[in-house]
Amino acid sequence: MAEHEFTMPISEDDVRKLKTGDHVVLQDTLFGLRDATLIHMFDKGRETRLDLDGHAVIHTAPNLKKVPVSNSFPAGYQSICIGTTTSARMERFTRPLMEKNGVRMIIGKGGLGDDSAKAFKDLGGVYLAIIGGTAALETTWIERILDVDMDDLNPESLWQFEIKDFGPLLVAMDAHGASLYDAVNDQARDRRAEALARMGVES
Amino acid sequence: MKVDLEALEETAKLLYIRALKVLPDDIKDGFEKLDAAETDATGKSILATMIKNIDVAEDTDNLLCQDTGIPIYNITIGRGVEVDGIDLKAAIRKGCERATTEYPLRSSIVHPMTRENEHTSCGHRVPVITVDFSDQPDELVIEMIPKGSGSENGSFLKMCIPAEGVGGIMTFVVDKVIEAGGKVCPPTIVGVGVGGTADLCTKLAKIAAIRPLGSVCGDPEGAKLELELTDAVNSLGIGPQGLGGDSTSFAVHVETAATHITMNPVAVNIQCHSARRARATLTPDGVEIGF
Repeated sequence: MAEHEFTMPISEDDVRKLKTGDHVVLQDTLFGLRDATLIHMFDKGRETRLDLDGHAVIHTAPNLKKVPVSNSFPAGYQSICIGTTTSARMERFTRPLMEKNGVRMIIGKGGLGDDSAKAFKDLGGVYLAIIGGTAALETTWIERILDVDMDDLNPESLWQFEIKDFGPLLVAMDAHGASLYDAVNDQARDRRAEALARMGVES
Repeated sequence: MKVDLEALEETAKLLYIRALKVLPDDIKDGFEKLDAAETDATGKSILATMIKNIDVAEDTDNLLCQDTGIPIYNITIGRGVEVDGIDLKAAIRKGCERATTEYPLRSSIVHPMTRENEHTSCGHRVPVITVDFSDQPDELVIEMIPKGSGSENGSFLKMCIPAEGVGGIMTFVVDKVIEAGGKVCPPTIVGVGVGGTADLCTKLAKIAAIRPLGSVCGDPEGAKLELELTDAVNSLGIGPQGLGGDSTSFAVHVETAATHITMNPVAVNIQCHSARRARATLTPDGVEIGF
């Protein structure tokens, strides 16, 4: 289990070196998106002017305050609370997000499925687990909201964050097909019969 | 007691913001207990981060989680309380809306089909407002629950048949906890409804999910089931965030209701680890805020 620090964007070679169980800290740039953003990008054909090539995205929709544009608030937004959401809903967008926009890292909670695992393997990507429900802490890793696109979808806009020491994040799915979620889920299914037997239920 | 509608609106606003920032003591104690018993290194480290987040939220006066949830207000009206029902609902809704626009909070509420967000945390039939009655004199209690969507999506109903017995209920709960995995932000409180009609059964599961830790089902059969299911789900190894460990759930809570001779319904409603709750009691002496 290695520790890594990356100033974003990251190369395909670097992302393929990561293994499940490794810890990662990101610097500089992070993008935020979720359900509506991805539905509009891939089901409704909207293009973004932001360059996600080689970058990390976090499944998020922040709490914000609209403020006058300044050096501290270049997009006219002050962050109040930024955390993550359940990634599973975004499963079918992993491959297009990687193929079309060049995304290399997806950050979220709860993990992604088999199609995403295959996309990570085919195209060179990883899923980084951040801890859901710990947004107060994660907000302290975000310096500024640098830019925003598709803001008619607010709060599900496409956000560009300036980050500092964003992490540690756990590599939970890697580019070699490994998934910590699958391992835990397989174990839970193996233990199911015993759990039911403890209550006197035959399965 | 005649209810002061302005105080009610102000309280509805305050409760939403407070619930999002400060976890109840029973949940904090629950974290300490899980942390003390957790044997998995990853699970232990995740619990430590969650506990740290509770402190950071209080120290920085920030929200615990970005998800402002679906706002739920459970109102309990005591004896001798005078209030116009329509005015009561309007005051709660206004308070919820003001919390959102004045703080400001992220409005997480959209039309179910157009997905349009009014940016008020309100919409058709939302906030969810439930009204019940108690025999306490001169007392109006407001419980505010910002119900997180990750765990609300972990909601399931099965109309089991009598021949499936209690074993069918147990199997359904265990299978749904496995299926929900890390998506519902464990450690969770698993709310289980047993009996009633389909809608009452689902309602019971929600009541169970938001009950304070340490509380016990009033039905002895339900209380027994709570202990058995808590032990069973925590033997699965799902752990915090579904990344492995002993701490899958703080507890399984059960609520029961009588049902029909042909029926054996079971519902699951899950509460994530950010088990947020705030309560206010309005009396002739003023407003008391708690959990």
